[in-house]
Amino acid sequence: MDFTPTDDRRMIADSLRRFLSDTYPIEHRNKVAYDGAFHDPDGWAGLAELGIMGALVSEDDGGFGGAGFDITTVFEEMGRKICPEPLLANLMALRLYAAFGKSERIEAIVAGSERAAFAFDESDSFGDLGEISTTFEGGKLTGRKTVVYGGQAADWILVAAKSGGKLGLYEVKASDAEVLAYPMIDGGGAAEIVLDGTPSECIAEEATDAIEAALDAGRLALCAEAVGAMDVLKEMTRDYLMQRQQFGRPIALFQALQHRLVDFSIEIEQARSIVIHAGGKFETEERALAVAKAKNLIGRAGKLVAEEAVQMHGGIGMTWEYAGSHYAKRLIMIDHQLGDTEDQLRKVMALTDISSAA
Amino acid sequence: MDLNFTPEEEAFREEVRTFLKDNLSEDLATKVRNGRELNKQDIESWHALLQTRSWLAATWPEEYGGPGWNAVQRHIFEEECAFANAPRIVPFGLGMLGPVLIKFGTEEQKKTILPRILSGEDWWCQGYSEPGAGSDLASLKTRAVRDGDDYIINGQKTWTTLGQFADKIFCLVRTSTEGKPQQGISFVLVDLKTPGIEMRPIKLIEGGYEVNEVFFTDVRVPVSNRVGEENQGWTIAKYLLGHERTNIAGVGASTEALNQLKALGRKVKRYGKPLAADPLFAARVAEVEIDLEAMRMTNLRMLFGTSDAQGSVSSMLKIKGTVIRQEINDLARRALGPAASPFPSEDVIGNYGIAPPEAAANAANYFNNRKLSIFGGSNEIQRNIIAKETFGA
Ligand SMILES: Cc1cc2nc3c(=O)[nH]c(=O)nc-3n(C[C@H](O)[C@H](O)[C@H](O)COP(=O)(O)OP(=O)(O)OC[C@H]3O[C@@H](n4cnc5c(N)ncnc54)[C@H](O)[C@@H]3O)c2cc1C
Repeated sequence: MDFTPTDDRRMIADSLRRFLSDTYPIEHRNKVAYDGAFHDPDGWAGLAELGIMGALVSEDDGGFGGAGFDITTVFEEMGRKICPEPLLANLMALRLYAAFGKSERIEAIVAGSERAAFAFDESDSFGDLGEISTTFEGGKLTGRKTVVYGGQAADWILVAAKSGGKLGLYEVKASDAEVLAYPMIDGGGAAEIVLDGTPSECIAEEATDAIEAALDAGRLALCAEAVGAMDVLKEMTRDYLMQRQQFGRPIALFQALQHRLVDFSIEIEQARSIVIHAGGKFETEERALAVAKAKNLIGRAGKLVAEEAVQMHGGIGMTWEYAGSHYAKRLIMIDHQLGDTEDQLRKVMALTDISSAA
Repeated sequence: MDLNFTPEEEAFREEVRTFLKDNLSEDLATKVRNGRELNKQDIESWHALLQTRSWLAATWPEEYGGPGWNAVQRHIFEEECAFANAPRIVPFGLGMLGPVLIKFGTEEQKKTILPRILSGEDWWCQGYSEPGAGSDLASLKTRAVRDGDDYIINGQKTWTTLGQFADKIFCLVRTSTEGKPQQGISFVLVDLKTPGIEMRPIKLIEGGYEVNEVFFTDVRVPVSNRVGEENQGWTIAKYLLGHERTNIAGVGASTEALNQLKALGRKVKRYGKPLAADPLFAARVAEVEIDLEAMRMTNLRMLFGTSDAQGSVSSMLKIKGTVIRQEINDLARRALGPAASPFPSEDVIGNYGIAPPEAAANAANYFNNRKLSIFGGSNEIQRNIIAKETFGA
């Protein structure tokens, strides 16, 4: 075994870390995350220049990475700066375009000249692709997609919809749909996509497996993002406890607080390990199970770290002004994306089914 | 043992319930139920309505314009108000300064200040915490220096809740640096219109505005605005902390929040079925319901004065009460799944129909209510209090 990242990945991590540090100081991050297009178009261009979108697809499909560890490398850095760019949306779109050989779109996204988003959830379909009710008929889509990440900043919307009882994938030009954009509570944007006989192109009549795989890529990305955010929030909390004086001493000297910081540090190491596990299994048949395990643990660890960090900061941790509060929000809200702790638990239970073991 | 309320208590509950039904407007109740920020007008009109029955200052004796209720009546009143989604009574004048003046104030202070609290002419806020003095409140540094018949105040208060609506602030200030820090603190009343005071907003984690920083530069306040003796401020502050707080556990509010959570679980769908039918969700709701039931009993044991752990029981209720409330808030945001993410603007709540309107601010409320375990003596400080009592050191 060897747990050291390859030189290529280390280089990506280093250059991305430098770029994000320069481009997204927390004041700027908070401004673009809640204003205008809910991201920074210049920042997006910078990511493209660094080749970040290219790192998310394989060489065969028009990129230069695309493995589980490429995804975790990129997103861990995004998490360290709680970067509000719609990279999750474009990761999922890239994987879907790649699954169906749409090299033209991939090229444009990798170059940074176009953006896409993947619309799958509906208000009554959370957690279950089988409940999707948006339909494709005669070249047109009808239905309503909810909380489409990056939908506010996309040129193309990939839509999961039903036609003739099959779950397929369809592409809509964003300007042809009604797009209701808004910021999310933890920053970054999303949109409601209202389709009412909207012209669309069929990418695949049957796309269930590709959709599951794209969602798993998204989940893996979110897990790695959480690890990056947790690492930073832990550093902030430790620094604050050492600096904050009450009762004539740094509050870091109170053992009640020391133990809690230690407890959540243990969970962060657990989180890091389960994400490495999922990254390593990503190209195998165990992908779905490994990703579900990771996202379940990440959900639990993220909540613990977020809540404890805010609590141990006292009032300061409750303020918008303090960067740590935004990390806490992001960690909590990651659990709401692409299936939460309980959803992952259900999946792990179903895939391992202990009642039927020999 | 008899776990029933008396017929008189039940009749009182009915009276409160009827009043709320007849007087609390649907608009206001909806705003409270939906977890929206209330404006000054919302709160003032509700206070005024309650005072038409002399129900506003629940802890005050009748001679000062209160209802003269006992602890059980107060409990019933608070519970019914929570069930009806009435606005929370802003406590600073009514629940804090009022009782302090009644116990420590001069006749003149009682005569001039108490009626103005009841009428709503004066909105008070609480100036205890400072940037350097939170859990260790006694280390506060804001100075009040005697100059003839005045104090001159310099320093900074922070976390001042609803200071933006307030006319006046009651402060703990340092009047002596001799002896133990607790011994050099005085309790002083300050008009916020006095020259030299500046208030700045603090934006909270979820984006709301309810707390402020208050800066004092050479602020001149008559010595007659002091409550109690000079350097007696700590005794007064401690009196307030120990002052019977029937509502510290927030049982009524948590019960209402739990009912809303269940209703939400029946409304939203997961895997094609109502979320409430999902065993993982239902199990967690049942668990918190059990905890809440037990806490309700603990609270009643305290109210009826039969708890075996009198001293630290209010610390216990503070810890358990906030943990239960935060757990309910946690479940309420999780119940929404992806629909919890949108920032709850007017469009998102009212027009886009992403989540049911009464739940659209669930994530924001979850984040905001992390404050419950931090303010009013953090849960760590409450544990220290219980530990001190347990170990005698
Ligand atoms: C929303 C909000 C509203 C508020 N409203 C008001 C108001 O209207 N008026 C007012 O005066 N104040 C108000 N406060 C202030 C509140 O009382 C303080 O935040 C609280 O006392 C904690 O102080 P601190 O924030 O300075 O945290 P700190 O005291 O710095 O504490 C930081 C962390 O260290 C822990 N800690 C501290 N000492 C110990 C110890 N000995 N052992 C173990 N752990 C310890 C704390 O529990 C906390 O987790 C408000 C606060 C908030 C967040």
